[in-house]
Amino acid sequence: MQQLNSLTREAQALAAGIMPLSRNESEVGRIMQICNACRYCEGFCAVFPAMTRRLEFGKADINYLANLCHNCGSCLHACQYAPPHEFALNVPQAMAKVRGETYSDYAWPPLFGRLYKHNGLTVALALAAGLAAFLMLTVLLVGKGFQAPEAGNFYSIFPHNLLVSMFAPVFLFAALALTLGVRKFWRDVSPGRASLAAGGEALGNVLAMKYLDGGHGQGCNNADDAFTLWRRRFHHFTFYGFMLCFAATGVATLYHYLLGWAAPYALGSLPVVLGVAGGIGLLIGPAGLLWLNVRRHPEQGDVAQRPMDRGFIVLLLLTSLTGLALLAGRDGAAMGILLALHLGVVMALFATLPYGKFAHGIFRSAALLKWSIERRQPNNLQLGDD
Amino acid sequence: MNPSSIPDVLVIGGGNAALCAALMAREAGASVLLLEAAPRQWRGGNSSHTRNLRCMHDAPQDVLVDAYPEEEYWQDLLKVTGGITNEKLARLVIRASSQCRDWMRRHGVHFQPPLSGALHVARTNAFFMGGGKALVNAYFRSAENLGVKIRYEAPVSRLELKDGQFVAAWVGDERIEARACVLAAGGFESNREWLRQAWGQNERGEWPADNFLIRGTRFNMGNLLKFMIEAGADAIGDPTQAHMVAIDARAPLYDGGICTRIDCVSLGIVVNENAQRFYDEGEDFWPKRYAIWGRLVAQQPSQIAYSIIDAKSVGRFMPPVFPGVRANTLEDLAAQLGLDAGAFVKTVSDYNAACQAGTFDHTTLDDCHTNGVSPAKTHWARPIDTAPFYGYALRPGVTFTYLGLKVDEHAAVHFGGQPSANLFVAGEMMAGNVLGKGYTAGVGMAIGTAFGRIAGNRAAMAAKKKQGEYRAAA
Ligand SMILES: Cc1cc2nc3c(=O)[nH]c(=O)nc-3n(C[C@H](O)[C@H](O)[C@H](O)COP(=O)(O)OP(=O)(O)OC[C@H]3O[C@@H](n4cnc5c(N)ncnc54)[C@H](O)[C@@H]3O)c2cc1C
Ligand code: SF4
Ligand code: SF4
Repeated sequence: MQQLNSLTREAQALAAGIMPLSRNESEVGRIMQICNACRYCEGFCAVFPAMTRRLEFGKADINYLANLCHNCGSCLHACQYAPPHEFALNVPQAMAKVRGETYSDYAWPPLFGRLYKHNGLTVALALAAGLAAFLMLTVLLVGKGFQAPEAGNFYSIFPHNLLVSMFAPVFLFAALALTLGVRKFWRDVSPGRASLAAGGEALGNVLAMKYLDGGHGQGCNNADDAFTLWRRRFHHFTFYGFMLCFAATGVATLYHYLLGWAAPYALGSLPVVLGVAGGIGLLIGPAGLLWLNVRRHPEQGDVAQRPMDRGFIVLLLLTSLTGLALLAGRDGAAMGILLALHLGVVMALFATLPYGKFAHGIFRSAALLKWSIERRQPNNLQLGDD
Repeated sequence: MNPSSIPDVLVIGGGNAALCAALMAREAGASVLLLEAAPRQWRGGNSSHTRNLRCMHDAPQDVLVDAYPEEEYWQDLLKVTGGITNEKLARLVIRASSQCRDWMRRHGVHFQPPLSGALHVARTNAFFMGGGKALVNAYFRSAENLGVKIRYEAPVSRLELKDGQFVAAWVGDERIEARACVLAAGGFESNREWLRQAWGQNERGEWPADNFLIRGTRFNMGNLLKFMIEAGADAIGDPTQAHMVAIDARAPLYDGGICTRIDCVSLGIVVNENAQRFYDEGEDFWPKRYAIWGRLVAQQPSQIAYSIIDAKSVGRFMPPVFPGVRANTLEDLAAQLGLDAGAFVKTVSDYNAACQAGTFDHTTLDDCHTNGVSPAKTHWARPIDTAPFYGYALRPGVTFTYLGLKVDEHAAVHFGGQPSANLFVAGEMMAGNVLGKGYTAGVGMAIGTAFGRIAGNRAAMAAKKKQGEYRAAA
């Protein structure tokens, strides 16, 4: 009877245009129902306080909560209902699985969402293609034998305009795809208007990666129920390393177009200093994240996404490795090949940005902004005390 | 066993009291072995289901607001126990609760302000971030780091005692000696056969305990409690009583924990399997009343009852773990709940007709009450007339039992009024000294923490003394 009832309700919901839940989303819905009656984990992160503002969990709520989750693992190790309990609660894993779906469901163009399904392969192919393209180009442009090009002058191999014409479209496409994807997500979670305060808070939470502190400042779980701040630190290295590299490229572009100063830049110049600092960050961060990822408790998160996680980490690591190698070898005979390697890796990184782990930062930031907006709105529930 | 491999202190149990004892004994320099009956995934006993600690404080303290002075705490205990307590031991627990939290933090416990939905204890109770399992995890980690040896799946079946002193414990065929011992193996709430005997048969010929659910661990079988009492240890606490609350009847037999509670009783009516009301649902605020409903349900035929609300109450109580049975008519609700529709509709209409107009306010003892229906509903009485209607089946859920071992302020087990020199007891196994009856939130952990720490310390001292005796003899 009860089953019939719930079937009827589902049918009504469908008729009313309410989206049916995927299997992974239903699991998060089931879990949130239990957590909402327990609430012990309220202090760890924003997911649980956001949950307590709801009694029911629709598709959009679930995707929002899943992306608000930072997979810190605290609520798995602390859960009295975790397996082997018959409730078999595993919040981080359920959230991770839905995040995987968010990335592919909201991918633009939608057809490309499939790239997430076999993301390890996607990244490997992109990398192979990037490398092959640039190595072949090198051979074509420089001719057989790799005669030593002009010391440190990249453009003697790849003319500046050629590089721009190759990278700009890929980068702009990546930016566009990510923007359109997250815009659809943003609309679906119906966030409301961001005040300055909400925006500022969300920005702070993103930049500090606040919710990797475990709520108590001792950090995330990784291998077991002990806490570690290294996950946050390695994320910081990675993120700020990436931003510094980005800044290095930006400054170099300005130099080129505004000031007419062409590369190579001196060791003490701003682009090189930024690039080296960023490259080192991008070496330490991803290496550390890889180490943590290998040691991560298998129940904590979705093991099926490990190829995606590691694929992205490896691309970042290769970006910094080849970049730094290029800097070290830019005056030597191997410059041409080093340059081709670096450009190939960077191309693969850019091309896969909208269809790989990079997306987690974008969706997470959107979810954090929604949380900062939401928590400033009055709570409609008057639940009273238990 | 050669003397060097004999641990100074053996701790039996793996919950809060046991861990506090093990940590204190280790800090006092003793070598410690802890035996937990459960496998690692199920470690921590009922302590892993807890959420807070009742703390005395004279001024605001990190997560605690205002003040909760000793005297008020004591009066609260006096009230809930109806005087069945020991003032000296109770005050010892109260004072300890004002000082233990820095020590707890040092061992990795994190506190936080009250959870949403528990603001009524913001002044009196400090909440564990992540709940009791996070606390238990922190203590186990700290114990391991300090070199406490831990063995899981090591249920102690009996002890070897000599002249009121601990000699060894038996796990299966294995004999484990130690210089001193702390018992912290919980009550007997997991032992359904014992609960059955303790409750006995009612006038309808039913064995009510057969229908009880156990809110916590399945490992507190009480076998050591039984062993100790049979071995002549002094007991305390009513052997036939347990703390019970009304929980969702669909909860699992064990370990349903906090989330299975049902908080809508005071918003609607509660009927038994004959579709009759049996108690004033609006007597007092729910947090003050929820403990009596376990017993009330236990007294009903088949030990089941149904909390009934209508659409007006949705979103006004803490969300339940399982969705309620839902229907658009009272007849349909009765059918789904397996109640006689005629009787049910009559009960609801009689109640509805008796509801007096008033100003509903769930945050005060409002003036919505009934007139001319028995039993009366004295507050928050609003007709059940707005579809959809919801029903939640309730069963008694056992939190803990009251029977324990008598102690003094040193946590020593007593035989014929004499304290043992090297056998101590802590936690639920002796909580009856302080809490002979009743309960108020956060007292269980306060007792376990205070006496666990005392017992650990005392056991370490007793072991040192023993070691001295060995050396003198050698
Ligand atoms: C759902 C629920 C919520 C609660 N919430 C709170 C709360 O918020 N605050 C509060 O103060 N109190 C609360 N309590 C009460 C609290 O759980 C107890 O007072 C407290 O946990 C008792 O601690 P303990 O260490 O004595 O027992 P337990 O934590 O139950 O530990 C007993 C240990 O002994 C082990 N054991 C049993 N038999 C043997 C054996 N023969 N050999 C070896 N090991 C054995 C068990 O496996 C277990 O590890 C709650 C209880 C329940 C059920
Ligand atoms: S994860 Fe477990 S402990 Fe945490 S809120 Fe959910 S049910 Fe409670
Ligand atoms: S894994 Fe961490 S961030 Fe995610 S819901 Fe659990 S506590 Fe929050």
